[in-house]
Amino acid sequence: MNELIPDFDFQRVVVAPWASDFQGNIWVVLMGFFAITACGLVGQYLVLRRMALVGDAISHSVLPGIVIAFLLLKSRSSGAMFVGALFAAVLTTVLIEFIQKKSRVKQDAAIGIVFTSLFALGVIMVSLFTSQIDLDLDCVLHGEIVNVPLEFPFVQVAGLTLGPSSVVRMAAVSLITAVLVMGFYRQLLVSSFDPGLAGSLGVNASVVHYALMGWLSVVVVSCFDSVGAILVVAMLILPATTASMVTDRLPWALASVPLQALLSALGGFHLATWLNCAIAPAMVVASCGLFALAWIFGPVDGQWAKRRRRRANALPDAVLDPFLGKS
Amino acid sequence: MNNTVPLPTPHTPGPAPTDDIPLEVHDLTVAYQKKPVLWGIDLVVPAGKLIGIIGPNGAGKSTLIKAILGQVPVSAGWVKVFGEPLKKNLRRIGYVPQRESVDWDFPVNVLDVVIMGRYGRLGLFQRPRREDVDIARACLDQVKMLPFANRQISNLSGGQQQRVFLARALAQEADLYFMDEPFAGVDAATESAIIGLLQELKSRGKTLMVVHHDLSTAKEYFDMLLLLNMRVVSFGPTEQVFNNELLQKTYGGRLTILTDVAEAVKQQS
Repeated sequence: MNELIPDFDFQRVVVAPWASDFQGNIWVVLMGFFAITACGLVGQYLVLRRMALVGDAISHSVLPGIVIAFLLLKSRSSGAMFVGALFAAVLTTVLIEFIQKKSRVKQDAAIGIVFTSLFALGVIMVSLFTSQIDLDLDCVLHGEIVNVPLEFPFVQVAGLTLGPSSVVRMAAVSLITAVLVMGFYRQLLVSSFDPGLAGSLGVNASVVHYALMGWLSVVVVSCFDSVGAILVVAMLILPATTASMVTDRLPWALASVPLQALLSALGGFHLATWLNCAIAPAMVVASCGLFALAWIFGPVDGQWAKRRRRRANALPDAVLDPFLGKS
Repeated sequence: MNNTVPLPTPHTPGPAPTDDIPLEVHDLTVAYQKKPVLWGIDLVVPAGKLIGIIGPNGAGKSTLIKAILGQVPVSAGWVKVFGEPLKKNLRRIGYVPQRESVDWDFPVNVLDVVIMGRYGRLGLFQRPRREDVDIARACLDQVKMLPFANRQISNLSGGQQQRVFLARALAQEADLYFMDEPFAGVDAATESAIIGLLQELKSRGKTLMVVHHDLSTAKEYFDMLLLLNMRVVSFGPTEQVFNNELLQKTYGGRLTILTDVAEAVKQQS
């Protein structure tokens, strides 16, 4: 290869990370897995509701919330940060709705207005109070997933050492997400597919909407201090779109999310080891690779399958000949 | 179609539907940003009738249904369903929205969509029961769509999609149905199948309110007509209201006082 891209050394890229530092690396991969699973499950419904970019908005607009939480609570604890970010996230969704409902501004434009403004406000605050805040903007965007195994002490429950606090928290969030998605499957399905019918069945579509937005905020906020905004935005959208190429049943699409998460997290980790690059973006690239594969080979909406179907359905040329005056 | 699936047993919770008035609407008014869409709608709908809602584009036909179902904010007035507020009788209501109002690329199959009609009868976390699936399949059979049960919904023609929506409405086992343009964009065979189905529902004592835009068939399809143009122009038996004078009033648009008032309000705001 060349000096930019290192040679692919199977020993160094695939074997060494697990042989030498299993303890450290497993937490990085697990963090990625849980984050992608939680984002992917919530993202499935965002994509179905054509709200994919609301996640984008939230992941950026949490910045001022975090800064204000720092300033008010004088604390760098993840609890304070979480509350601040959650507040900003909920404010974002409410503002988007408000602008959209009270004027002729459409949703995409409303999203653009709200999250850029809040993000800019956050950047201004960081630069104003830079002496008081030890906040790394790079970290906000790309996350510091490599730091995950360094979070000592590990969380312990009943004498059992579970792992780094952010991984444990992410695991809990993705588990709860899975339970919620399964428990409220019908409500989410009918209100996403046909809000009108949902209302006449006694499913309050706007309650479902705000609950989804609220939980989206929780997921985004709990992901992003370790994996960063880019991974969050990508993972809200990619798994759902990949699934749509492969299956046309929602339960299977949802079930594919953990599998995709595992492949993306592992693939991204090894890609990052190979190229010596940041891990979270490498996981996004791996997930994007899955999407590319599905786009080409997916049995439902993949280009190859569609081409084959078109060929199978096409009439043989000779059938039309009599009508075209050829015989 | 030969098939072993049993037909759904008629299910009427509470008093029989003919006992009381299925729908009563009083002074219902809806406005979007100061622009009135429906003004002072008064209706008393008798049971067991097939009722057509007709009027020009923008007359508020769909809005009337949505307002009755509480899906658009109402400025004034009230609605009673079987003598009670709507929320108390949701199970007796069936709704068929406009076909274009949903995304037909949604990752569900035909049977999934019809089972949605059963959701109103399930508990918060309850999964559809065997019985619900059987009813859904029987309803699909009634609209001749059972062979398509496992088909993804994007692979259906417009007429087939409409039949699926009707099967879902049947699965709701309601007593009062609202249908928003069930004949829009369907082929002639589907249209006659649908009207046959509606008449059968009527013969079982159900009340159906159907938004319709084809005046040429309105007269033969419906027992009663609601002529609507922002207000009720006329509501009564088809033979009484389907005449030139009233249709002129409904479709004459600009001539009604109400439209003039609406214009004035719009200019002031």
